[in-house]
Amino acid sequence: MNVRSAAPPRLALSIEAGGREKAETRPLVDLVARRRREHGQRRLKVQGLRLLVAVVVLGGWQLGAQVSDCNSTGHLCVVDKFFWSQPSDIAQKLWTWLTQGTDLGPIWDQVLVTMEETVGGFIVGSVLGVIFGVALGRSRLLADVMGPYIKAANAIPRVVVGALFAISLGLDIKAKIATAAILVFFVVFFNAFQGVREVDRNLVANARILGAHDRQLTTEIIIPSALSWIIASLHTSFGLALVGAVVGELFGATQGLGELIYAAKNNFDAAGVFAGMALLAAIALVAEALITALEDRLIRWRPPVTTETRI
Amino acid sequence: MQPAIELRGVTKRFLTPSGGVYTALRELDMTIGVGEFCAVVGPTGCGKSTTLALISGLEPASEGEVDVFNNPVKGIPDGIGYMFQADAVFPWKTVLENVAAGPRYHGLSSRDARDRARDWIARVGLAGFEDRYPYQLSGGMRKRVALAQSLINEPRILLMDEPFSALDVQTRSLMENELLGLWAASSASVVFVTHDLEEAISLSDRVFVITAGPGTVKSNYKVDLPRPRNVAEIRFQPHFIEIYEEIWKDLKDEVLVSYERQKRGAA
Repeated sequence: MNVRSAAPPRLALSIEAGGREKAETRPLVDLVARRRREHGQRRLKVQGLRLLVAVVVLGGWQLGAQVSDCNSTGHLCVVDKFFWSQPSDIAQKLWTWLTQGTDLGPIWDQVLVTMEETVGGFIVGSVLGVIFGVALGRSRLLADVMGPYIKAANAIPRVVVGALFAISLGLDIKAKIATAAILVFFVVFFNAFQGVREVDRNLVANARILGAHDRQLTTEIIIPSALSWIIASLHTSFGLALVGAVVGELFGATQGLGELIYAAKNNFDAAGVFAGMALLAAIALVAEALITALEDRLIRWRPPVTTETRI
Repeated sequence: MQPAIELRGVTKRFLTPSGGVYTALRELDMTIGVGEFCAVVGPTGCGKSTTLALISGLEPASEGEVDVFNNPVKGIPDGIGYMFQADAVFPWKTVLENVAAGPRYHGLSSRDARDRARDWIARVGLAGFEDRYPYQLSGGMRKRVALAQSLINEPRILLMDEPFSALDVQTRSLMENELLGLWAASSASVVFVTHDLEEAISLSDRVFVITAGPGTVKSNYKVDLPRPRNVAEIRFQPHFIEIYEEIWKDLKDEVLVSYERQKRGAA
């Protein structure tokens, strides 16, 4: 959240009152108060419209499902509850999972298992991606030798490797972490590689003149400089880690949200599938917030973004 | 006088991206004494910056010899400082960390490096700004950081590539005076590249005029104005104007040649 936008309206009022005593400062103070008011109104408007979008989409869905009668021919059929479920059923399902647990066990266990797989794969994939990206970015020879192989590997739809991992690593967490890691690896790798290549030559020359050795050059100039690129890639790659974990579970698992969704699918339980999706989305949103916080911490030296709308 | 830097018959060629060969410098001879403040002037694109790159060891010479303190340059010689034309302070380090970088790279502990950095930050007039990041500073302040960053290593040779060209006139003469003060307290030799003849004369003991590219030394002039100098006022002295007119006659031809070439190149 933005600090300016959080300024309480009372403050604006008190400034206005003080301004009346000094006639010459009033226009400026009025302007500040007005800007604050306008800003507050805009925020309210955005929040209101957001709510409206949710109400229209979910309400339309619910309404469509309620008025439909798809079992007999010749009747109105907008949303078939059997295939598409409805928001109230999904909420009901989530509630049941929360209070009574799922067929696979308590819901928190499922969330935790998928989280472990995702975070594990995310960490392994990004660490390897940064190491290889920086190494290849620093060494021209290595980049020229490995280039075609990496491009080829990147061209394969990598989720299928998950099948291989399910065979070789078994049905436990290792296979899922490996699947998630391989999806994350390439995104982070290419960004780290590019980030290293884009390092300002002046900064490298300056560090060398000041006496930096190769290792110091890497840790103090190359990596910090590439960090904006790397962190930008972490936003997308966490989503991919989640994909890897869930796909890994689809290839065979006993626990986890992916397995829960898979089980719901086998029972033709559309509400179960949607409920699993909702939980995955919640995980992704929380992770996104954490990565943004990490970004703000690591890249403190960047001038603050001037735009006030963040998605 | 003992030479600090010697360039003998130096030629530098670059490969252009299209596969051609571009000659930046040809048969350049230049000797700079220990403790001497030299300015290098010449039209744009004459290879002034390349000269500095050769002395610093960042670029090898294609032909000829480059000696620093009588040793041929292989890699970056000891005791070299370099202030770049573009901003080269590290944006992810605070002012303190930026200035402390040099001593740390030379093996000083973090704490000792910081103590020395604080001293140098004060000397360039930035006390109180230690914890700022470069983006929070003005252009002039960033140049001060760069100056402190270079000088903290106590270089015996300081190379400066149009360091103040991006500053406004007032800030610039302030910085020039401060540079002269700091230089006088050291025994460093300075090679100061600029396209501004007034700046060159007011700062230096000697001015080298470089020809339009491929550059070589056309002539060099001794500047026998007394020190300490006040950069903002020295240009009004009659002797300054005499020197200026003499050098300008030489430089003007080269500037015209370079300008004609650019026009033809653009047409």
